Amino acid sequence: MKPLHSYERYQRQILLKEFGETAQQKLLLASVLVIGAGGLGCPALQYLVAAGVGNIGIIDFDVVELSNLQRQTLFSVDDIGKPKATVAAQKLHRINPEINIEVYREKLTNKNAWDILSRYQTIIDGSDNFSTRYMVNDACVLLKKPLVFGAVLRFEGQVAVFNNPAEPQHPVTSYRDLFPNPPSAHQAPSCNEAGVIGVLPGIIGTLQAAEAIKIITGIGEPLNNQMLTYNVNNNSFFKFLITPSNNRSVTVPTNKMEFENFDYDWHCGIVKNREEVTADEFDELRREGDVLVIDVREIGELPAVVEFPFLHIPLSVIDQKMNEISNSPKIVFFCQSGKRSRLAIQKMQGMGGTTECFSLQGGIEAWKKNQAGKTFNKA
Amino acid sequence: MKINILSFGQVAEALNADQLLLSDMDNTDRVLDYLKSVYPQLQTMEFTLAVNKQLIHGNTALKDDDTLALLPPFSGG
Repeated sequence: MKPLHSYERYQRQILLKEFGETAQQKLLLASVLVIGAGGLGCPALQYLVAAGVGNIGIIDFDVVELSNLQRQTLFSVDDIGKPKATVAAQKLHRINPEINIEVYREKLTNKNAWDILSRYQTIIDGSDNFSTRYMVNDACVLLKKPLVFGAVLRFEGQVAVFNNPAEPQHPVTSYRDLFPNPPSAHQAPSCNEAGVIGVLPGIIGTLQAAEAIKIITGIGEPLNNQMLTYNVNNNSFFKFLITPSNNRSVTVPTNKMEFENFDYDWHCGIVKNREEVTADEFDELRREGDVLVIDVREIGELPAVVEFPFLHIPLSVIDQKMNEISNSPKIVFFCQSGKRSRLAIQKMQGMGGTTECFSLQGGIEAWKKNQAGKTFNKA
Repeated sequence: MKINILSFGQVAEALNADQLLLSDMDNTDRVLDYLKSVYPQLQTMEFTLAVNKQLIHGNTALKDDDTLALLPPFSGG
């Protein structure tokens, strides 16, 4: 039988008695999706391809820019303006033409993530924003895929392995056990704003590749349910155990349909001026507090609402009540079906002011239906 | 009674130190109240807590020489 690979290429790692032919075969049969061909993705990809991971997916919608070259080691000046995923695949093919590389030149969204992530055994998150990170995390939880998390800022980086079901006696944890809700943009700056030392993603991305190789081959101890942090400046490593959170106040998708309907940009505070909120988002806003809920239906309209506190100001008289409500930081209007509540927002906007206004999508009817569905699912 | 504080990322920037030593704080809420009063930037900052290298999810008792880590989320890649 013809061997699946050239022995010479992988000789140095096959020599390791813990690794050997067995681990090499596991790598060659494995599949890994690398999300983002950037600072973390480039080094992770280089080592995974060099080590002989048989099937690699690269998803990135961006093009190479001059400011990337300080840390994104697969690219050169000639590549500026070209798609990162395609250029990365070409360079990687020259390192190891024996493996299969699939290129996705598109933005990973909750509409395509389920399908793309399903095709791979192990997921590496090298993205650069919370919206993608929470989406990838939730998808990996639902699809039960091991996720190798990596993130950097300034001089510090984090690596963790979530959802690795290799140890059935332990509960699996996810990023939401650490940070149930995404921080707002001003609480957690991006590398574009705060900067990053170039060598740092090189180190963290390489650690992510090492974790993926350990997960696939079963050698060593992956960072299951642990996070490792590294600081370039003082060479300190800090590793801690992630325990499951019992926080049930966070709305997260629980199946494919909910996942594909979940608005991650809104959830992560990127889309600020969206006016309509779904029933689940409405519940989340109420839990966060500091929100005034107003029923703009006429007095006596059904269905009656007893489930949560609210003010009753019919649309016909709202103009006279503006002063009373305009000092509230956040207002959610609701009506029967969601039409009059949108008109209420227009009236508020006509007033100027700084109140953030939302309209409950589909009105109280949609909310009650959503509640009924939840009760039914629990039973 | 001494508590070792380790801080990371944005939290370390706010504290202007990645290590602190506090005395006479017998639970994590007391530490947080104290730090937030001295460093008001922490009041609006997202971070998670680990006591003796284990994540915690609510107020936790502290004993002499415990280490409390304050870890913010990073999104960069």
